[in-house]
Amino acid sequence: MSAPTGITWATLAKDIRLEWRSKDAINSMLFFALLVVVVFSFSFDPNAEESRHIAGGLVWVAFLFAAVVALNQTWARELRNQVLDAYRVSPAPANALFLAKALGNFLFVAVLEALMTPLFIIFYKLRALGPAWQLIAIAVLGTWALVVNGTFFAAMSLRTRSREIMLPLLLFPISLPALLSMVEATTNILTGENSAKFWIVLLATYDVVFTTGCLALFETVLHAE
Amino acid sequence: MKKAFPILGLLTAGLLTYALYQALVVAPTEQTMGDVQRIFYYHVPSAWTAFLLFSINFLASVWYLLRRNPVADMVAVTTAEVGVAFCTVVLVTGPLWARPVWGIWWTWDLRLTSTLVLWLIYVSYLVLRRFSSSGQTPVLAAALAVFGALDVPLVYFSIWFFRTQHPQPVIGGGGSIDPRMLHVLLINWLAFLCFAFLVCWSRYRLEALWREVEEVQALEALAETGSDRR
Amino acid sequence: MNDPTTARSPADPIIRIDNLTKQFGRFAALRGVTATFAPARLYAILGDNGAGKTTLLRTIAGLATPTRGSVAILGQAISRDIRREFGYMAHPSLLYDEMSGMENLGYFARLYGVRDSARCAQVISVVGLDPAWQRPVGQYSQGMRQRMSLARALLHDPKILLLDEPFSNVDVRSAGEMVKLLVRMRDAGKTLLVVTHQASLLGGAADEFVWMQNGQITNRTADRSFMGIA
Repeated sequence: MSAPTGITWATLAKDIRLEWRSKDAINSMLFFALLVVVVFSFSFDPNAEESRHIAGGLVWVAFLFAAVVALNQTWARELRNQVLDAYRVSPAPANALFLAKALGNFLFVAVLEALMTPLFIIFYKLRALGPAWQLIAIAVLGTWALVVNGTFFAAMSLRTRSREIMLPLLLFPISLPALLSMVEATTNILTGENSAKFWIVLLATYDVVFTTGCLALFETVLHAE
Repeated sequence: MKKAFPILGLLTAGLLTYALYQALVVAPTEQTMGDVQRIFYYHVPSAWTAFLLFSINFLASVWYLLRRNPVADMVAVTTAEVGVAFCTVVLVTGPLWARPVWGIWWTWDLRLTSTLVLWLIYVSYLVLRRFSSSGQTPVLAAALAVFGALDVPLVYFSIWFFRTQHPQPVIGGGGSIDPRMLHVLLINWLAFLCFAFLVCWSRYRLEALWREVEEVQALEALAETGSDRR
Repeated sequence: MNDPTTARSPADPIIRIDNLTKQFGRFAALRGVTATFAPARLYAILGDNGAGKTTLLRTIAGLATPTRGSVAILGQAISRDIRREFGYMAHPSLLYDEMSGMENLGYFARLYGVRDSARCAQVISVVGLDPAWQRPVGQYSQGMRQRMSLARALLHDPKILLLDEPFSNVDVRSAGEMVKLLVRMRDAGKTLLVVTHQASLLGGAADEFVWMQNGQITNRTADRSFMGIA
């Protein structure tokens, strides 16, 4: 039998290959992300000093919106021709599929963030007064926090009517502590007024707790028909 | 069992009346806040009851995931719905009290915010139950309930730390509560618990009846299509 | 790893269904189906649209959870080991439209732990397609896609094949070839459950005909006189 990690990589490679060929998600997503940045920049036009205090919130809320659109695409590919059933009848472990999807979404959202961040920096004239390297830790932990639960809830909303609306309804309330951590940590670093340590630790805890939760319950949700 | 219901109903009505009398007449008037403070006898018991119901919902959900027992699922629906109702009372009575006392309707205080987040989580739970299209709604709902429960301590800590960083209006309380007030508070909580139990009981019976009706209708629909032999 | 097929006498049924009911809300797709299927035989499952054929197959394959009742394959409930023992072909292709046949099968081979890379090409040849085709499956004709879908179900050389409408939209000549292939597999000791509404295609091939109506098995017969074939 193939090891679960082998199946995870095979599934991830397959998803990247499919995305590369169809470019369904990436094009619309890039444009959507650009729109979000522009709309936000129109709506809030502060000077450099004020923007330090609100940019953390703006950036993460923008990423959250972009991520939701990306997450809704995750399982859409598996619904066409009901390919998901081919996975479900196979002896491959459910968690291998979950990890592949979560990693794929992580990559995808990370690319979006990497493209949106320079725009935010330019539009808001941002410059960190605190230790900027910690922003990378926040970005990685924060993105994983959104994506791990997002992948799980997107799978859950497959079993509901109007599934695209269901995802944010399920994801946002649960994600509030993570979102608060990301926003506060980012703001602390941008303003340099407080340490971001507590928030980074909390974010890491959130990631560990919910990654465990997802892996414990994904099989149940995948086969809930 | 069926006879116990009206008896308990009468008992609860009596207890609620007595508790209301205690809260409005017997309890001493608070020195600085005045009579507004009396809403506290509804606010706090509602909150405690809601938290208790949410805890039962979590236990029932875990029980369902482990055993797939339909009773556990019915308990979970019931407690979530009634819990959301009590939690709504908390969120409405809180600002009603805050406005005259603090001068503001709302503040991002630890208890207020975590209660609001809790309310949001359980509302999303009820939305999921309503929108689920598969026959496996209980499984999905139970999984979400577990996620919600995992989230509660994280919500609490994040808001606790958020508060220590941001100055907040000073909130009354602090110091000990008058023993007469505590007495009235506990009587009210008892009355609210009885009331919550009564509501849960009838909601549970309703759920059981619904499921029975659904089953019968499913069988009848089959019998009909079976007889016309397309 | 223990082989679930050991310690079973050849006469034991390979699939045993006991009082199987599947409800989707108020609609019961299966109503108390009890049946056994013997090894190395080809069963044609016939019936109108909505008779429950597809749901029966999906429940056997472990895709749908029974509301009541049970399914045992090789004497066991569904598990990861049991999933290795059957191949499932659904009405939709269960293939990725953007990938070629070899790429599709290469991915599914990983899921079944099939290491032999020649196996994919071999199974594509068996269903009468060319493994060298680079065209994505989405550009195949319906008949070719059905055959590629069959190849996917055969990939790990399972003992049992659950096929849902394998001949739909397939031209008569290709369908005839597919039937020959299915018969060869039956003769090689595999058990086949073929859901179809084109009974005539399997007329000469099936060992037994299973009729379904309104979520129940209404008739089972090995007698093919019902379609006027000697």
